[in-house]
Amino acid sequence: MDNPTLFVSSHAPYWHNGTRLSVKNCHIMIAALPAVIMGIYQYGAPALGVVALSVAAAMIWEFLMNLVLRRPVSIGDGSAALTGLIFAMLLPATTPWWTVVLGAFLAIVVAKQIYGGIGCNPLNPALVAIAIIFLSWQGIVDFDEALADYDLGFVMAYPLTALKYFGTSAISDFSAADLLMGRHAGAIGATFALGLLAGGIYLMLRGMIRWEISLSFLAGVFVTALLFYLADSQKYAGPLFHLLTGYTLIGAFFLATEDSSSPVNFIPMLIYGACAGILTVLIRNIGAFVDGTVFAILMMNVANPLIDKIRPKALGGGMKHA
Amino acid sequence: MKKPFFGLTRPKLAYSGIDDTGPDIQEIPVPERIFFSRQIKKGEGPTISRGQEVRTGQRLRPLEDMRVCVTATATGVIGDVSVETDYSGRTTLSMSIETEPKDRWDPEFEQAGISAQSEDVLSYLSALPGISDLIPLVRRENPLDTILVSGFDRDLLTATNQLSLKTGAGNLARGIEIMKQMTGVNRVMVAAPPSLASEAERGGVEVRIQNPLYPGADPRLLVRSILGTTVLPSRPLTDVNVGVVSAEGVIAMGRAFQDQRPPVSKLLTVIGKDNRPVAVRARIGTPVGHLLNTLHIEVSGGDRLVLGGPMAGKGIYSVDVPVGPDTDAVMVQDKDHVIPPSSEPCINCGECVRACPARVPVNMLIRLLENGLFEEAAQQYDLLSCIECGLCSYVCMMRIPIFHYIMLGKHELALSGYLEESHG
Ligand code: SF4
Ligand code: SF4
Repeated sequence: MDNPTLFVSSHAPYWHNGTRLSVKNCHIMIAALPAVIMGIYQYGAPALGVVALSVAAAMIWEFLMNLVLRRPVSIGDGSAALTGLIFAMLLPATTPWWTVVLGAFLAIVVAKQIYGGIGCNPLNPALVAIAIIFLSWQGIVDFDEALADYDLGFVMAYPLTALKYFGTSAISDFSAADLLMGRHAGAIGATFALGLLAGGIYLMLRGMIRWEISLSFLAGVFVTALLFYLADSQKYAGPLFHLLTGYTLIGAFFLATEDSSSPVNFIPMLIYGACAGILTVLIRNIGAFVDGTVFAILMMNVANPLIDKIRPKALGGGMKHA
Repeated sequence: MKKPFFGLTRPKLAYSGIDDTGPDIQEIPVPERIFFSRQIKKGEGPTISRGQEVRTGQRLRPLEDMRVCVTATATGVIGDVSVETDYSGRTTLSMSIETEPKDRWDPEFEQAGISAQSEDVLSYLSALPGISDLIPLVRRENPLDTILVSGFDRDLLTATNQLSLKTGAGNLARGIEIMKQMTGVNRVMVAAPPSLASEAERGGVEVRIQNPLYPGADPRLLVRSILGTTVLPSRPLTDVNVGVVSAEGVIAMGRAFQDQRPPVSKLLTVIGKDNRPVAVRARIGTPVGHLLNTLHIEVSGGDRLVLGGPMAGKGIYSVDVPVGPDTDAVMVQDKDHVIPPSSEPCINCGECVRACPARVPVNMLIRLLENGLFEEAAQQYDLLSCIECGLCSYVCMMRIPIFHYIMLGKHELALSGYLEESHG
């Protein structure tokens, strides 16, 4: 003890696999980029403006809330930026600036910070924001109306609206290739199906999102749409159409998979994803709204705490205990 | 040790083997001073005093209480003797021996004709590797059904037990025979990795070859995969009449009866700052600092010193801490590799749930533990199912010290008497 060396002592384990939230959020943003870049390419500066403003506003709201609540500054973890990016992806390029700022406020402050910040939000923040905007100012997110002035050399219509109001005959204008390449009207980051798929597959393989949720969501959409289609192919669109339009793909890979509002156990993940997929198509086909993804996922967010109680028995559980 | 590029499944952490340490065992010379400590009941005074001469292998009885015996693991004179009670109310008897360079062996073990059935055989074996696993198995009136001899190491980068089996397989059968007599258990099995199959066979009993990934060599997981039984981890495996002992302990016992000398040394793996494991043999009671000096491993302020391996070892804060009969590894971590825990909240990413071998809902558990709701944590979210592997903290991207919270929760429950009530 003559020459004490001060060691750092702490509890095991002494190794860590090196993951970090900021890195994960970075990867998710990178995976979203192909779809975003396509949106910016198609709609030009206004789309870029919406994306930039949304990301910036989300980060500023987060920072302000950190100050108000006297919590450590958390914009470094990338969560606010990611929420801002995803919210922007759901908007049409023509969204006015105040809507973007308001939406970022709804997402960050109302849907996340007042519940206690990251990890405590029961609902997906970006979805809360888009749902409130949608219910309050429908015109802004009506893609046909909003994008009426654009002529990009392809059918400038929102496929789901066409389907809802003009039936299956109206959607024959959209080939699968058009849908995959984003050659139709829609949100900035939700039309380029191929880009979203690439991003989603990347995230699933890297373990950045829970693949069980994404795949069961897509399966839910596919099977339900198929059943409708088989029942009446005149009235209802086929499953591929549903998979490639609206918010389906962004929902599967970027919305339903939000950590805090989705389950972590295997069976609950499947139930959650599949039910969200089923509800999406039900709302589209027989509900009041053009696209059902937003409300379907929000509904399952609400059900999440209950579903996630279904879990395997822990080691030694079920024995005489407590 | 990073998360793999593809991340669809739970982490795959392979155990190290003898290939990593090499087959050589470096002998650590007897240090100038060796230390012992024993947890004792409060209020007992030591009956041993400074200056008393002791010989290697001598059974010392530092208290009136016959159950507290200590084997002198070197020849010399008794140095300091002290009894202290720490902040958590545990009382510890500590003593040291100022050693002489030359061993003079104490003849008592041989002369007393100690056999496996002797009433006080265990009191001669206090320096037996893994002795704390063995004592509860000796239930003469009501023997266990099965004892599993594990040829695995429990933490990563550690090859102590495997190396013991490799080099000491000749004493395995004798050790098993003695253990059978001592415990009255008839069914003994040896579990070992494929690389040690032929050594395991030399025990002359049933062999189970397994190739586990961390933490599959945990005794409870071994018992689950080999015997198909489990018990809540807050209860001992003896509740289901099963015991697990290390091959090292069984072999050391076989050797002790062969040589008629009690065990005094221990094989261990020393993991340096470069994460390269080295196998050494040292007297029980050797201070960690002496090991490090002998191996020329330098430590400085801000480094981390661990008894045990990287996943579940115990952090220590002094190089004077001695090697005990259960110390399988000593690890030094450079200060640049120390990963500080954070005070961030859980984001519900589910990595921990995926990783947990005991299927504990860690994401929910941590919320209760952070708020001090320990009983609720045990009742609703399976706190007591945890087998203490550390994987949850290892994978947590928010770097929450989950394992620490879990141990705190278990400690608090033990203090509050909740465990006795719920098992009562
Ligand atoms: S330490 Fe963590 S991962 Fe390991 S058993 Fe306990 S809760 Fe599960
Ligand atoms: S790994 Fe950490 S952040 Fe993720 S769910 Fe578990 S405790 Fe929460």
